[in-house]
Amino acid sequence: MISPVVLWSDILIFSLAVSVGLFIFQVRKKPQAKARWRSVFESKIGLTSFIIIVFYVLISLMDSVHFREQLSQFEADGPDQNLAYSSEVKSILDIALKNLNSTTETTYSSPFSLYSFSKENMTNDDGSVYRDFIRLKHGGAHIQGDEERFSDILIKSVQALLIGLLIAAIPVMLHVMMRKKSNHEEDYIPWNVAYGTIITLISLATWVIILSQYYHILGTDKVGQDVLYQSIKSIRTGVLIGTLATLVTLPFAIILGISAGYFKGWIDDTVQFIYTTLSSIPGILLIAASVLLIDVYIETNPEKFNLTILRSDFKFIALCAILGLTSWTTLCRMLRAETLKVSQLDYVQAAHAFGVSHRGVIGKHILPNVTHIILIAVVLDFSAFVLAEAVLSYIGVGVDPNMYSWGNMINAARSELSRDPTVWWSVTSAFILMFTLVLAANLFSDEVRNAFDPRTAKGNE
Amino acid sequence: MTNIQPQAPLLTVRNLKIDAGNTCLVKNVSFDIYPKEIFALVGESGSGKSLTSLSIMRLLPEALTVSEGEINFKETKLFNLPETKMNSIRGRKIAMIFQEPQTSLNPVQSIGTQLQEVLGLHQNIKGADLQNKLVQLLEEVGIPDPRARLKWYPHQLSGGQKQRVMIAMALACEPDLLIADEPTTALDVTIQRQILELLDNLRKTRNLGVLLITHDMGVVSEMADRVAVMQYGEILEQTDCKSFFINPQHEYSKKLINSLPDIHNFIQGIDADTILKVNDLKVWFPKKHGILQRTVGHTKAVDGVSFTIKRGKTLAIVGESGSGKTTAGKAILRLNPVHSGSIQFQGDELVGLSHQAFHHYRRDIQVIFQDPFSSMNPRMTIREIIEEGMKSLKVEPDAQAREDKMLMLLSRVGMLPEHLDRYPHEFSGGQRQRIAIARALAVDPKLIICDEPTSALDVSIRGQVLDLLNDLQQEIGITLLFITHDLSIIPHLAHDVAVMKDGKIVEQGRTQQIMENPQHEYTQALLKAVPRLRRA
Amino acid sequence: MLAYIFRRFVYAIPILIGVNILTFILFFMVNTPDQMARVHLGDKHVTQDAIDNWKVQRGYDKPLFINAQQDATNMFTDTIFFEKSIKLLAFDFGKSDEGRNIMSDIKERMWPSLAVQIPTFVIGLLVNICFALLIVMFRASLFEITALTACVAMLSISSVFYIIGGQFFFAKLWNLVPISGYLSGMEAISFLILPIIIGVISGVGSGTRLYRTIFIEEASRDYMRTARAKGVSELSILFKHLLPNGMIPILTSVVVVIPTLFMGSLLIESFFGIPGLGSYTLDAIQAQDFAVVRCMVFLGACLYIVGLLLTDISYTLVDPRVKLS
Repeated sequence: MISPVVLWSDILIFSLAVSVGLFIFQVRKKPQAKARWRSVFESKIGLTSFIIIVFYVLISLMDSVHFREQLSQFEADGPDQNLAYSSEVKSILDIALKNLNSTTETTYSSPFSLYSFSKENMTNDDGSVYRDFIRLKHGGAHIQGDEERFSDILIKSVQALLIGLLIAAIPVMLHVMMRKKSNHEEDYIPWNVAYGTIITLISLATWVIILSQYYHILGTDKVGQDVLYQSIKSIRTGVLIGTLATLVTLPFAIILGISAGYFKGWIDDTVQFIYTTLSSIPGILLIAASVLLIDVYIETNPEKFNLTILRSDFKFIALCAILGLTSWTTLCRMLRAETLKVSQLDYVQAAHAFGVSHRGVIGKHILPNVTHIILIAVVLDFSAFVLAEAVLSYIGVGVDPNMYSWGNMINAARSELSRDPTVWWSVTSAFILMFTLVLAANLFSDEVRNAFDPRTAKGNE
Repeated sequence: MTNIQPQAPLLTVRNLKIDAGNTCLVKNVSFDIYPKEIFALVGESGSGKSLTSLSIMRLLPEALTVSEGEINFKETKLFNLPETKMNSIRGRKIAMIFQEPQTSLNPVQSIGTQLQEVLGLHQNIKGADLQNKLVQLLEEVGIPDPRARLKWYPHQLSGGQKQRVMIAMALACEPDLLIADEPTTALDVTIQRQILELLDNLRKTRNLGVLLITHDMGVVSEMADRVAVMQYGEILEQTDCKSFFINPQHEYSKKLINSLPDIHNFIQGIDADTILKVNDLKVWFPKKHGILQRTVGHTKAVDGVSFTIKRGKTLAIVGESGSGKTTAGKAILRLNPVHSGSIQFQGDELVGLSHQAFHHYRRDIQVIFQDPFSSMNPRMTIREIIEEGMKSLKVEPDAQAREDKMLMLLSRVGMLPEHLDRYPHEFSGGQRQRIAIARALAVDPKLIICDEPTSALDVSIRGQVLDLLNDLQQEIGITLLFITHDLSIIPHLAHDVAVMKDGKIVEQGRTQQIMENPQHEYTQALLKAVPRLRRA
Repeated sequence: MLAYIFRRFVYAIPILIGVNILTFILFFMVNTPDQMARVHLGDKHVTQDAIDNWKVQRGYDKPLFINAQQDATNMFTDTIFFEKSIKLLAFDFGKSDEGRNIMSDIKERMWPSLAVQIPTFVIGLLVNICFALLIVMFRASLFEITALTACVAMLSISSVFYIIGGQFFFAKLWNLVPISGYLSGMEAISFLILPIIIGVISGVGSGTRLYRTIFIEEASRDYMRTARAKGVSELSILFKHLLPNGMIPILTSVVVVIPTLFMGSLLIESFFGIPGLGSYTLDAIQAQDFAVVRCMVFLGACLYIVGLLLTDISYTLVDPRVKLS
């Protein structure tokens, strides 16, 4: 038996996913928007980066279905008893990565290693104490020693890649067949690139899953936990902070920016005052101060957060809100300027001449014609927030230290790097995963900009 | 007009072909230009006339390539020159001026520096000589107080003065050929007249060959020695100016010539009752100044204007840019705030009405804007665009009735039913202007304010749109307030005319009376400035 | 001009008051001084006496807005709002929660910050502009594609990684410079080289891209065509027309950050152990010293407003079209 645990961030991320779905559904009806999105996906870079982002998002969605397992010793007590659940909250992703989470060592070990990273005190059969590298409990436990290691990794890799290819081939083949059947629509997307990306991603994932059954492929950290597990669990934090914080900025930027540009007068003055004031405060200080206050709130109200995860989730959502609340000013300023421009255009004047209400003018004329600015900002903000998380967590005002995040991994890496020899794998794994996500988002935002910015858009109206 | 002696051509263009990727933009273009003559290359937007001129200078945008043909300047094959040699021809032997004087000068350099740059590149003058030469150049193009103006920046000059500076810059190194790409299109008629006269004088005093690129047949008729007509990237006909206007060979040439309205043929006005009476209308915009941004004065865009429009007739308000004619029109529509005065529509006072009370009159007074590209929301279908006013003004509550009416209107303005579900960008400028007319008519207005509805259109389209408006007036008796800078279209269109200058009406009355016997000197100057066709 | 500057200062007052009220709400109303004291004193079983004592020492024991026990003006001045918030407006920063004089700390620690920030800013600006010009010069070539790809890749890397990587390779692996630390005087240079290099490199990606966009936009203007028609060579077009015109938006966009350079960089200073204002702020955040954080917020806001003013003034200096009024 399990008991579902629903975190606020889970609700938010799933409702966001649903609304993105609705948005896509809406876009399909608008031929112009459709044409622009088409040109985003017609570019190879746009398509590849989109698939990579989707891959990250899927992992974080999997990691956003939480539950608690029932503690086994209470199972026999009968159904009407109050069931006791483990205080450890797991997600669907944890089931997939079960092996990774359970195979902890005692301390550092490097990637694919069989032995611990530093020498430990050990007791010999005869009771004498000596120092040596200890053999890992889990990493490479199935083989005899170092001499077998290389060939074992090679064989397993080949096997894993073959299996991965097979798995990837199924959806690709299905899609190819579907395309052959419905040949009526004009095909514009470079599908081969899409297939290539999907096959690479699936093969890589299979390789990681299979190899991680036998080795710590990214090593272990100070307390012996698998680094790969940490890096993957951090994906949810990164993706969520990017999306949720961006989501928070939108209502402020859109409502205030458009009203300032449209109504002008005292509304404009007020909005300008608010965003000048807000942006005059150094962002990082405002965030730090707000996070400190959240800490104080949590510490003085411990009764509201009976589970560690609830506590870190509250802090996490608060952090997203704070990040969003302090970062909407740029978009607001741009929207104000653009609205000022658009509301001078003849079609808005014509709408006034037809007696269209303010709501009608804003909804039908202004908003659709500033959407491209919002869209470009959304994708850019996403990567900015992912990067910001790392810095904030390093400073100590980021996500809860109990939460897996790239920022926390980097923070830990500071002491690891000063060790001799250096423990480099934690920071490298965080780097690779984060870089891939941010690079994909940046490349995607470039393509979105190319398609939607009227100055660069190829098909102008 | 000068007689052309048989002599070696300055410039020969042979079989020019310009491609953009796989699309051919200009092909088979050949012509010669002789010293001291003005050769006019005429065509509408997209005809390839500007590309031809840019290719002579080898200044085509990177995406375009010359794939065939050659251009010779005297003996020099221009396409064979290395870039450094070409640079010594540009500005020195062949100079060019452009359509937009507002943006064609470097905004952060003084005009003296910019003039100096050309001289520094091609001639070796220094010190006091250089200063004198600069002053002399500005003097020649008619810039007042040239020594002081050298230190000025472009934004301190008017549009006409900027074009004069451009001409001075082009002539600084005494080139043999001047390419003038629509040099007066962006300027007011009175300024246009001055610039054209300047060009004409200069080519005489300086023995200059001029390639004049224009779409305006009036300009051609007054300036050019020889004419070539371009359409879709090809030269249709090439002949000397006189015989061109007497006996145009090509259909398209005839169409272009006929697009010039006949200004001696007036429509006659009969008296009718007054529909709109504007009395002492003032539209002032506050000027703010000082630490507290107090209003210290007003920009008087419209300053005490009075006129009346008769039911079913057309009043034209004529004026140059900045005269306040558009502002006055927008004030009637309540798109601009009114400072004081009265606007009476069918006897009801409109000034001072609340937002809600005015809503009632919105369906009676409608508008057609100048730029058909910005007057329609690019993200709405034609159906949504036409329907919007009917819905918000509750003209046809029934959806089917709305649909029927839209179809009827579309066919009336010469569009097809299937156009309803298209987007504005799929239509040409003329088609869009027709849609704009249909949109205005959809709410059954009594008065339509037409704000320069034809000035953004190609000449051959203008006539069609004007005719449509005329027909509509005769059919449904609609009243038009026609705002324009173009005097030549008025006789054909307006019963009455009011001439505006600096926010005031300087003269008004029957069109024929004003056009044939203008009293005010400004009206006279305006009428004189209009380029005319020398009819045979 | 003077009237304009004066007017801008008058406008700055409501903004500074707004900043002050916002920080006041954040620091004193969302959480009461009691809660702050508890967090500071750490232990969960603190006595009320200890809390009161902590508050008295730091002047947090007064009422928020109105002190009913005092009379006349003291009713308003002897309050937390006046002592902790209004006094900031007069740059009276008071003491930190640790009891140190904040103003003298700032005066002492601003120099190392400036020593890192000014060279980083100047070199970074020059490097970015050079790269951007190079890219514009070789438009539509393989070089452009490579350089732009490199820019996107570089701006996708968190600045933390630049620091970690730089320290690891330059200092630890190759032993070129000390890993971290600071000395006063000329000896500081060896400690400053790496932070400056890293500061410059981490900004190259976004800076170059931004400036390239600006230059490309300038390059498409009509007057560039005029210059070509005059017979100006491509190279002098680049330096005589493109650069001066492109510098206007570039300069005016960077001027706003110049005053805030003073605040130091939190990350670089803390990683490299430079005793500047950045690490001062960071220490305060980590020690939950609200008094210092509050002062730095106020200082930052002031500097930002000065930056806005400088932006406007710089417009008039470099762009003849703009006149302040």
